[in-house]
Amino acid sequence: MTTVFQRLTGKPKSASQAKDRLRLVLINDRSGLSSLELEEIKNEILQVIARHIDIDPAAVRINMTQDGREQRLIADIPIRTTHRRKLG
Amino acid sequence: MSAKSVTITSGKGGVGKTTATANLAVALASLNQKVVCIDSDIGLRNLDVVMGLENRIVYDLVDVIEGRCRLRQAMIRDKRMPELHLIPAAQTRDKSSVSPSDMVKLVDELRNEADWILIDSPAGIERGFRNAIAPADEVIVITNPEVSAVRDADRIIGLIEAEEKGPARLLINRLNPAMIKHGDMLSADDVLELLAIELLGIIPEDEAVLISTNRGTPVALDGKTHASQAFHNIARRMMGETVPLLEFDGRSDFLGRLSHLFKA
Repeated sequence: MTTVFQRLTGKPKSASQAKDRLRLVLINDRSGLSSLELEEIKNEILQVIARHIDIDPAAVRINMTQDGREQRLIADIPIRTTHRRKLG
Repeated sequence: MSAKSVTITSGKGGVGKTTATANLAVALASLNQKVVCIDSDIGLRNLDVVMGLENRIVYDLVDVIEGRCRLRQAMIRDKRMPELHLIPAAQTRDKSSVSPSDMVKLVDELRNEADWILIDSPAGIERGFRNAIAPADEVIVITNPEVSAVRDADRIIGLIEAEEKGPARLLINRLNPAMIKHGDMLSADDVLELLAIELLGIIPEDEAVLISTNRGTPVALDGKTHASQAFHNIARRMMGETVPLLEFDGRSDFLGRLSHLFKA
């Protein structure tokens, strides 16, 4: 989030930096996964799906989100619809 | 009488567990509740000095557990508040001299003696922490609006859930409204959003806390300061009352000071 202050000075306030950093640290602490491991999981999921469906790897979003004290791994994987166009 | 047992814990050291335990005990006692505090920080005892009772220790927690004295003999009665008692930790032993089941047994024995049993937990996530939460009906996690304290609080909240002692409630200690206003301190809302547990109270940063600790008279014994008001409000919430949070913005602070001037 950018505030008026940040737009004027280009430097985020320390409290918002603390909050952003904590958000990421807590996701890693709670899941017991480092950001590297999370990256590995994403790649493996993509490999499996790509074996069966035509997807655009650049459009894929896989993120850990927080819902209360619950962690969720949310994947948004758009499927290429090439053959439907061919039929039409 | 069947006491409710409440453990105050934090993960990180130095965030105010002992100070909060002493002051919540005083505040509950001032509501005519009979309170027994237990210092479970064996080897690093401090609740005695914070409460100003360090010169009256004869027996301690480990003496009770190892059968060298009866429970009543280890309970120091606070002369300023006859409803307030302390069972001090042993200073020359370590955490392994007590087990979680020892603590459960001791607290169960105390239940008929009081309305509240407040257990001051040691820092850390090891044996001492497990001893402290084993007998708890409720757990209060205390933190400061600071990255390391919030991170450790999150870890401890997870462990409390895993031990099926949750959901814990949160106290945010040493909040500095001026720094929050300048964007240089996490606000209570920020901390709550990150930790996602119920807020029990906020204690503002207040010089009076250090001054009163120096003297061995918990700040809640003098009702005038902001920190004292915060502790008294938290005690009332523990009793089940709905008490709104104190306003800590600059303006009400100024008005608060003014009204104190006129009262004095």
